[in-house]
Amino acid sequence: MVSLLDIIGPIMVGPSSSHTAGACRLGLLARCLVGGTPDRVRIELHGSFARTGEGHGTDKALAGGLMGFRPDDERIRTALEIAERDGLQYTFEKTTLAEELHPNSVRITVERGAHSHVMIGSSLGAGRVFITEIDGYPVEVHGNSHTIVLLAEDVKGSIARIAAILAEANCNIATLRLTRKERGGDAFMVIEVDEEPGENVRDDIRKLNWVRWTHRLDKVSA
Amino acid sequence: MFSSLTAAIREAESQNKSLGVLALETESRDQARPVQEIRDALARALKVMHSAIDQGLVGDLHSASGLVGGDAAKLHNGPAGPLSGTPFRDVLARALAVQEVNAAMGVIVAAPTAGGAGVLPAVLTGLAAARGIPDEQVITALATAGLIGAVVAERASLSGAEGGCQAETGAAAGMAAGAGTEMLGGSPSQVGHAVALAQQATLGLVCDPLGGLVELPCVFRNATGSAIALAAIEMALAGITFAIPADEVIDVMGEIGREMDVRYRETAGGGLAATPTGRRLAKERMVQIKRAGA
Repeated sequence: MVSLLDIIGPIMVGPSSSHTAGACRLGLLARCLVGGTPDRVRIELHGSFARTGEGHGTDKALAGGLMGFRPDDERIRTALEIAERDGLQYTFEKTTLAEELHPNSVRITVERGAHSHVMIGSSLGAGRVFITEIDGYPVEVHGNSHTIVLLAEDVKGSIARIAAILAEANCNIATLRLTRKERGGDAFMVIEVDEEPGENVRDDIRKLNWVRWTHRLDKVSA
Repeated sequence: MFSSLTAAIREAESQNKSLGVLALETESRDQARPVQEIRDALARALKVMHSAIDQGLVGDLHSASGLVGGDAAKLHNGPAGPLSGTPFRDVLARALAVQEVNAAMGVIVAAPTAGGAGVLPAVLTGLAAARGIPDEQVITALATAGLIGAVVAERASLSGAEGGCQAETGAAAGMAAGAGTEMLGGSPSQVGHAVALAQQATLGLVCDPLGGLVELPCVFRNATGSAIALAAIEMALAGITFAIPADEVIDVMGEIGREMDVRYRETAGGGLAATPTGRRLAKERMVQIKRAGA
């Protein structure tokens, strides 16, 4: 459903909703994987991001997002200088990821402390973004809600247990998508929630011994 | 939100309210948010629009490539022309101002996109200044514009990469024409004619920016798009009607966009971007951007 505020918005640093605002939101999502500004980041630009990204400030917007700047934050203009000053080590490369990927796509590898994660995301236009892969797992995250992604062994009552953790944290589930390749195989869950789940929610989910992998991603839309 | 302007006009008329008020109530229902919260968000957008215009009119901004900048100030302060002292010239200056701010990585409101962000604020704030219209009424007009944009998003596209410039500055002109008409007292059906009159004038408009950058001709297309919107408002308020309903004009815009060659959809492969001068300038300026970034 199209919202009025999608049409009259977002409020953003120019010049391009796809190459600047969208890029910033992809940076914000990548930052979530390590729970804060990474120490080191490798950014591989694909398609139109690689071809016209520099003229659109795509590099600055990605770096800004990785440091937690929102799309309307004027610090985006000097984000590369701020990154250097604050010790965020970054590299940009031009590459060709999968053929079928959207033309505005990027692979971001973030490192913070002992943790390292990688994500592939696309900027779809008008500032909308879409994450297609995290740590090699295929996902579908739009960043329009706070989202929890997890991979779990196919145990009975798994959804009930996760739902209970969210309920205890006072988070209402908006949507839940469960996919499983085969009976008894690992189950993949993408859960969108209305309220922001705290880091403790992710940690509680991580403690479940049948959960193999989980991440918490912020809402990055307006 | 609505996917048909005809349906929205019918509903507004039957309930004896403006399209702007109908848009706010519909959004409130769709998103389960109070109307005041939506008005507050639009008020924040209007504030950013004003601030972008103020920044752009000073004329000291430079885009990444240096291809655009400083022209809003020329209209604002420069030598007189036949339209000096009219809202028309002021609206053109405001449209250039917002786009120059956008090209210089300033803060703007994508309405509907960053590339077409100059038209709506220029037309609404320019006319509001000329007629002494209070902000509250401009905010309602932004809701009218949002409704029109939502119809275009549903029926056609709001992306230059999908539908050419007719889907960006063209859609912005349609939104501004309808919203401006309502803000100046036009009826819902006059809004429909204004949208159709503006949108028909931009059918087939290609997206052909030099080097793929949101600079040239984007900045100027926002000024000319505003001029089209003003023409549509003037005609609609005079009672002129356009025989093809806005929905059908929007449908045909979508159809033309789908059939438009990829060279004309934001790829810099055709149009002005592919002219000898366009190619030369893009090449020179990209080298400059790389040097500046290194």
